[in-house]
Amino acid sequence: MQFSRRRKNHVANPQMELYGHALQFYGKPPLENISLTEFETFAVDRLKLLKIVESLGVSHVKLSEPYKHKLEYESKVLNLSHRLSTVRADEYEKRRKDHISHFILRLAYCQTEDLRRWFIQQEVDLFRYRFNDLYPEEKLEFLHINNLQYDRISAEEKENLKSELVNSSAVISGVVVEDQDFYKVPFQDALDLVRTRKVYLKAGYVYIPHQDIVAIVLNDFRTRLSKALALTARSLPAVHSDERLQPLLNHLSHAYVGQDYSNQKNVGKISLEHIDSLSGKSFPLCMRQLHQALRENHHLRHGGRMQYGLFLKGIGLSLEQALQFWRSEFIRGKVDADKFDKAYAYGIRHMFGKEGKRADYTPYSCMKVILSNPPSQGDHHGCPFRHSDPELLKQKLQFYKVSPSGVSQIMELVKGMHYQLACQKYFELTHNIDDTSFSLNHPNQYFVESQKVLSGGKDIKREKDPQSSQETAAARRSTPAQTTEPGTSQELTETTADLTPFFNDA
Amino acid sequence: MSSSDYDPACLPDLLPLYYRRLFPFFQYYRWLNYGGVQKNYFQNREFSFTLKDDIYVRYQSFSTQNELEKEMQKMNPYKIDIGAIYSHRPNQHNTVKSGTFQALEKELVFDIDMTDYDDVRSCCSAADICSKCWTLMTIAIRVLDRALRDDFGFQHLLWVYSGRRGVHCWVCDEAARKLSVAARSAVAEYLSLVKGGEETVKKVVLTEPIHPFISASLSEVERYFKQYALKGQDILGRKESVNKVLALVPEDVRNELQIDFKNEKNPEKRWDLISGYAETKQHTAKKNQHFEKEIMLQYCYPRLDINVSKGVNHLLKSPFSVHPKTGRISVPMDVKELDTFDPFAVPTISLICEELDQPRTGEVGEKSEDIKENEKDAAEKRRMRDYKRTSLAKYVKYFDQFLDQMASSWKGELLRKSGML
Repeated sequence: MQFSRRRKNHVANPQMELYGHALQFYGKPPLENISLTEFETFAVDRLKLLKIVESLGVSHVKLSEPYKHKLEYESKVLNLSHRLSTVRADEYEKRRKDHISHFILRLAYCQTEDLRRWFIQQEVDLFRYRFNDLYPEEKLEFLHINNLQYDRISAEEKENLKSELVNSSAVISGVVVEDQDFYKVPFQDALDLVRTRKVYLKAGYVYIPHQDIVAIVLNDFRTRLSKALALTARSLPAVHSDERLQPLLNHLSHAYVGQDYSNQKNVGKISLEHIDSLSGKSFPLCMRQLHQALRENHHLRHGGRMQYGLFLKGIGLSLEQALQFWRSEFIRGKVDADKFDKAYAYGIRHMFGKEGKRADYTPYSCMKVILSNPPSQGDHHGCPFRHSDPELLKQKLQFYKVSPSGVSQIMELVKGMHYQLACQKYFELTHNIDDTSFSLNHPNQYFVESQKVLSGGKDIKREKDPQSSQETAAARRSTPAQTTEPGTSQELTETTADLTPFFNDA
Repeated sequence: MSSSDYDPACLPDLLPLYYRRLFPFFQYYRWLNYGGVQKNYFQNREFSFTLKDDIYVRYQSFSTQNELEKEMQKMNPYKIDIGAIYSHRPNQHNTVKSGTFQALEKELVFDIDMTDYDDVRSCCSAADICSKCWTLMTIAIRVLDRALRDDFGFQHLLWVYSGRRGVHCWVCDEAARKLSVAARSAVAEYLSLVKGGEETVKKVVLTEPIHPFISASLSEVERYFKQYALKGQDILGRKESVNKVLALVPEDVRNELQIDFKNEKNPEKRWDLISGYAETKQHTAKKNQHFEKEIMLQYCYPRLDINVSKGVNHLLKSPFSVHPKTGRISVPMDVKELDTFDPFAVPTISLICEELDQPRTGEVGEKSEDIKENEKDAAEKRRMRDYKRTSLAKYVKYFDQFLDQMASSWKGELLRKSGML
């Protein structure tokens, strides 16, 4: 994986055997020399594509028509399409770009576990889309070129397992079983099919119908990429010694999350008494839900403590405040102060990078909340738009005084699995604005934007409706200090005023 | 025999006795050494101890059985956890370059905890259990044991009572120990049917066709459902629990059932009504047609803590560790005798220590043998005999059987290796 420092002629040796197929397994690194400008543009273009893959994966059903359509369009724009070009020379250039850009991002994304996971996920999704889009003969050719061979089961075995095979897949009927080839592979080689129970599993082997063979190929792709990244990480010090590449690579790897909201410039500017009122005003639904659960149960389980704790850190709670906040709530429940200090304080210091490997953890993005660690029994974390029963969500929105038409708009977005858009709609409705100028992808962004709106439109708001519609009955109920309604509204105004200078320049 | 005999305040006095005379070190080492097939397998294993006042010591490791014994007898841990096999000795993890110290292998483990069933059991909540809700654990073991053996092809499954309110499973097959994080999470997700947190009412949703794994799991659940859910938990008796069940059926059926239930109070008859509607629905509607199966699964299907199974480096309480709150020993469970397993009959540390003080019987003959042995062997012998005089004996005996079965698998492996040399 060496890219020359010297600017050399673009036209490298024809490596047509390297680019024999429109789709690549990225087995061999590029060996040619490329210019720094090309290095940068290739990398940035691929990163753009991967970010598109990521956001499409959240807003659409993977491999649905609109998903494929949009991805095809974007790939074309970036000249990273796998579709055959009409001009032969273009085709070569495109494959070369695909190849080189993949390897550059490997360098940028091998450094930490988080980066690796993100990169693998997007590359795998991209590969899945591309592979699925191939014609059947191209698929076979691809398998052949890359030496991917799998064991086919005999007609007799197929007959014996017929009913199990039929019941293991939504798309296989009895007739299809007879015409189709089934492959028998160890379950470790088709994890995605095992995970989703889309395949018959017996004694450690899965029986995969030919049409699902992409699963094994993908699994293979993922395993190889994961191993390759681990190897790349080891050779990284050599690359980092190049002072021209290092900043570029670092820049690339930071680009994936957008702003991470770990910025600590608000530290200590939030006072604990304001959290209840802020939770009604400016917290996204997920955090409001966690806050309410915490106030009611005087406890949150691990997933909830992480999601909410890091969010609070992001909006500006200091470590001391965080400890005080959690302790005062927990000791009202079953946990005494001693137990809190032993069992929970460590975790909070850990969040602030004061324990263990001393990593300064960043607040969770919407993507992370939606996709990883779904809530289970006793949990209140997750994304309410993703992880609530629609009926409960509806009730909750009504309870928070969202208008009936607003509720149905939100529910429509939820139904289409546009969870972030649903949350954004919720933002618009609760802040009385028609169109937000940002695209929501982080709970802390929600908070910052909300504070912006509330501080900017403060005077107008007060004239119009001092008791604005989205104040929560719940927040008031759970804070004895603020039982009277006028008190609450005054409190809110004060908070907003306090925060104004800190969020105007955010 | 009851746990009231155990007083947590006595634990510091009992632990030294337990680790000196009763803890089955020989079997314990035999297990974790896995026949010595892989080099440094025992030596690179992480142990972690919880000491008095919740002081937590991670990254302990030992080179020999003797070293492990000495250390446990010195520290007298309140609780022992087992972690992964690492690339280097865990007690030296600070001396190697960061990033190179990595968890490589571990048994595939499952943790089932009764607190995760709080929304579907009415007898107890949180850390409490009774013989009624224990059936949930029995079902969990039946379902998972079958799936891990038949579907995944694993053979060496060690089920362990956690000492309080749950069970653990250690899948010890070589293939299981080598699974990647991705593979572990795939297995755990394959085995998970109940999904959603406090904001989800309907936690099991089935779609056509019903996967063979689900059918097989259902038939395990069905064996217990009537006795456990309808009789024991009376889920179709009291009004609020009836409403909870009805929340899981489609709206049109719910309305009809509400009318029917006015005249029918018998829970089993009520269940027959629900099944009846499901039967008719199956021929007519496409969606929501499996609601009676979904109810059974939501009430009885095992609830896994998926994060415990996923991580290679996740710690899990060790077998034969004492539960500090109940005093009960974390004992291996024989699946063949699962239906008669009684968590309240599992010996406490105070019971077995007491049993040691009972007058010995029928030992005169053995004594003369002892003299011939050298001292170390005698100590070993004494401990072997000591646990045999207590209620711990039958659990250690079962553990021995489990290890014998596993040994036959690594014997083949060792032969192959030596043949190649």
